[in-house]
Amino acid sequence: MAHDTQHEPHANVDHTAMGITHEHPTWSTYWKVAVVLTLITAVEVWIYYIPSFVASRAFVPSLLIMSAVKFATVVMFYMHLRYDHKLFRALFTAPLIIAIITIVGLLFLFGYFSHRTGALL
Amino acid sequence: MAHASALTGDHSHSAHDDAHGHPPTSTGLDNKKIAIWAFIGSECMLFASLISTYLIYKGRSVVGPYPHDACLPPQCSTPLKAILNIPITSASTFVLLMSSLAMVLALAAVELKDQPMPSGWWSRRLRSSKLWLWMTALLGITFLGFQAFEFTSFVHEGLTIRTNLFGSSFFTLTGFHGAHVTAGVLWLLTLLAIDYRRGLGPKDAINVDLAALYWHFVDVVWIAIFTLVYLIK
Amino acid sequence: MATTATAPAYAPTESYVGESGIWSWLTTVDHKRIGTLYLFTSLFFFLVGGVEAGMIRAQLAGPNKDLFSADLYNQLFTMHGTTMIFLGVMPLSAAFFNYLIPLQIGARDVAFPRLNAFSYWVFLLGGIFMNFSWIIGAAPNGGWFGYAPLTTMQYSAGLNIDFWVIGLQILGVSSLAAAFNFITTVINMRAPGMNLMRMPMFTWNAFIVQFLLVLAFPVITIALVFLQFDRFFGTNFYTMAAGADPLLWQHLFWIFGHPEVYILILPAFGLVSEIIPTFSRKPIFGYPVMVYATMLIAFLGFGVWAHHMFAVGMGPIGDTVFGVTTMLIAIPTGVKIFNWIFTMWGGSLRFTTAMKFAIGLVALFTIGGISGVMHASPPADLQQTDTYFVVAHFHYVLFGGSMMGIFGGIYYYYPKMTGRLLSEKLGSWHFWLMFIGMNLTFFPMHFSGLMGMPRRIYTYDAGQGWELFNKLSTYGTGILAVGLLIFVWNFFRSYSTGEIAGIVPWGAPTLEWSIPSPPPEYNFARIPKVTSRLPLWDLTAPRLTREVPHTEAGDKRLDVDVASKHTATGHPNPTANAPRQGVEAGMHIERATGRTARELGIPMPNPTIKPLICALGMTIMFTGLLFIHVNRMPLALATMIGGALLMTLSLYAWVLTPLEDAH
Repeated sequence: MAHDTQHEPHANVDHTAMGITHEHPTWSTYWKVAVVLTLITAVEVWIYYIPSFVASRAFVPSLLIMSAVKFATVVMFYMHLRYDHKLFRALFTAPLIIAIITIVGLLFLFGYFSHRTGALL
Repeated sequence: MAHASALTGDHSHSAHDDAHGHPPTSTGLDNKKIAIWAFIGSECMLFASLISTYLIYKGRSVVGPYPHDACLPPQCSTPLKAILNIPITSASTFVLLMSSLAMVLALAAVELKDQPMPSGWWSRRLRSSKLWLWMTALLGITFLGFQAFEFTSFVHEGLTIRTNLFGSSFFTLTGFHGAHVTAGVLWLLTLLAIDYRRGLGPKDAINVDLAALYWHFVDVVWIAIFTLVYLIK
Repeated sequence: MATTATAPAYAPTESYVGESGIWSWLTTVDHKRIGTLYLFTSLFFFLVGGVEAGMIRAQLAGPNKDLFSADLYNQLFTMHGTTMIFLGVMPLSAAFFNYLIPLQIGARDVAFPRLNAFSYWVFLLGGIFMNFSWIIGAAPNGGWFGYAPLTTMQYSAGLNIDFWVIGLQILGVSSLAAAFNFITTVINMRAPGMNLMRMPMFTWNAFIVQFLLVLAFPVITIALVFLQFDRFFGTNFYTMAAGADPLLWQHLFWIFGHPEVYILILPAFGLVSEIIPTFSRKPIFGYPVMVYATMLIAFLGFGVWAHHMFAVGMGPIGDTVFGVTTMLIAIPTGVKIFNWIFTMWGGSLRFTTAMKFAIGLVALFTIGGISGVMHASPPADLQQTDTYFVVAHFHYVLFGGSMMGIFGGIYYYYPKMTGRLLSEKLGSWHFWLMFIGMNLTFFPMHFSGLMGMPRRIYTYDAGQGWELFNKLSTYGTGILAVGLLIFVWNFFRSYSTGEIAGIVPWGAPTLEWSIPSPPPEYNFARIPKVTSRLPLWDLTAPRLTREVPHTEAGDKRLDVDVASKHTATGHPNPTANAPRQGVEAGMHIERATGRTARELGIPMPNPTIKPLICALGMTIMFTGLLFIHVNRMPLALATMIGGALLMTLSLYAWVLTPLEDAH
């Protein structure tokens, strides 16, 4: 945004290297992804209203998995990491991993898991 | 001075070593795009800190209101109502997800500006970058409207940022997210202003892409918040 | 001057002289000028922090002294720590990042020159803001790590902590903006052939530090936001009565705080990794291992934070995990120490001042590292935590490590920045006084600490066995101060009277020494092509680079390519298949031509005042918060809204103005 004129694409740099790959998602992919995201969200909310499922051990893991799938879908297709330069993937996944490890570490240190499951330690 | 010519730099240079103009970037990628991804990586840690704090303080408030049905009979004589409104938030989550769809379509419309337009009336309309940028911005504003409604109704029910640990950590976490959405809306409106002024074309695609990446990131943060804060009891 | 016996004669008038005058400095976007600004500003703050340290030592020189009140003493040690870390060592490193990264990778500027100017102005204004607290007599007094709940309104109602919280937020913006800029610069602005595994060690260390900044600063930002909200808006993050956890601040702070330690030391490691090979006339020993060791230190640095908190009782699992990860970090660190020693081994050593400081780092950092490993063991740590033993430890790594490395870097790069050499004679005095003074100051603290002297006490009773050690420490500080004064004298005197340096004063092998000193605004009249990681030695002393991989078949494995496979097509290396002696085709040494960028047709960014205005608006916006606590709500709102408007409008003006004129 700040430096529009600094590095105009050069004629000798081909589009592949510019990060615009030929395997570009199409409009229909975008719509399909939206449908998938909506469906997963609907399932998430739906199971929230099933008291027997909420009480079961599967509730939290299934919510976490569904949310992770949504997260990954948006990142891969809408943020087009799946199609983009692997440098961007590294710039995003490395911090994401450190962030997740930090969250899990902190929750562990504050007794979040033992406090909830009762018997982890 | 075995390498005299080298020392004085007296060489014919190839076309690549072009003193007149900028050399191409090392990776061939755009500087701004690398910077925005580094920024998004940084934001991961920002929201990780906020989310961890919310989860650490979950269930530690000494006074209500609480997020979920925290106290039911027989433990309490008067049941404490859950304050989180799942139907409303599900709707706002859906709105934000759809704004991401509008955003990718806006980017695609900008990228395809110089391609021949399809023939059908509808297809032509759907290739309008203005339409999709407006759509994204309006869906973002709708999301913010839901959040404003949620915040005010919480305040009416007696939960402010000062009430308890839940209030402090909830309002700060979702407030930070809301602030990010607000910044995104301003960014989109700026792009729209440029679009109206001179039209966004394929050479602007990189700038729209930056806004889009930011916007989608704010969306995925909400995906995490919706599950961790609203759905998990 | 041993290597390039016939270095081109240098005439200062020949070199390009940029515009001068205050306005040119306020509007500059040149990374070298910004680096110079960083250097002067942070040396000034370093001296301020030094005066604070001197006052602390004066108070502790003997038992029951009352030079300062307990409250003033609290302010002194808080501001000493805060100043040295955030306004001294970090921006001193930033001075080198700014000055050197583009030169070392063969670029004409950083990726975002105006953002770079913004980072500097935010840093300057943040430093002034923080120190302004002295003028109104309410300097921060909660320790440099500002533990909440001590720093909440309940226990610290004055403006002192407000200055600290807001000041750190402002400085954080500066560091983050700079980090995004340097990450992009290193990834994307390298000269043709400058693969990642050919980057000089300083650039590598700097590159990795940027990732630490990017990942660590958001965490302190959030911890500070909580504290800010608690103090200004009455939230409960650190309110124990509301059920808050007293460890929340500590954990968040140290998740930032430990990477911060590596943010402080790795740049100095980088400088030393440039100095030692040059003055040993040998390529650095185990270059790839040095790179990987740095990465490993940085990665592990995120998994050790709680070793600062063993005393709070985290339980056996937490203690064990953090103890083990901490001990693991000693391995890559040890690798670096040994690699420096092996670099010197068998080399033809020249003991210049820069080299003395570099060797000083290797020796003194090792002492600090060893006491660090001692703290890694929770039972040992329980004896040492919050005593002067810890003070000794971190001054060995920060003063003996970071500052020794930075002083070495200043002696080494001063000729590149100014065109003149610092006096070696005064430099030698500076080094020896500082080396003796530093050991005399900090070594006795190991003893006073183990004998139970706690940190942060403003005075102590006689008869506890601490008098001698404290006396020695205070004498040592006096010697340090003399050494520092000699340095300041040397620094300013050599600017006008120092020996003319020439292009390659030390016979160093990296790109920054292939251009005039001081470099012209565009750095490289022609962008160099790089075929090995010691390009100048390829030219002047090919014998030294025999073992170093060049662009030849079989060396591919060393050319780690985080970018795409397409890079090769974007950047045909002109000497890719040439025999090794063909390296001259890519490298050359540029003499000063005195020609401007415009004359050469090189597009350079236009100077602009907007980053400064934007930084000013942001600082004003943050300052508005202060008025809340003196019950001037309308004034607070007006200041915050005014500052925010100024910031936003100047940001729009900045973003919508092209960086440079169209050519």
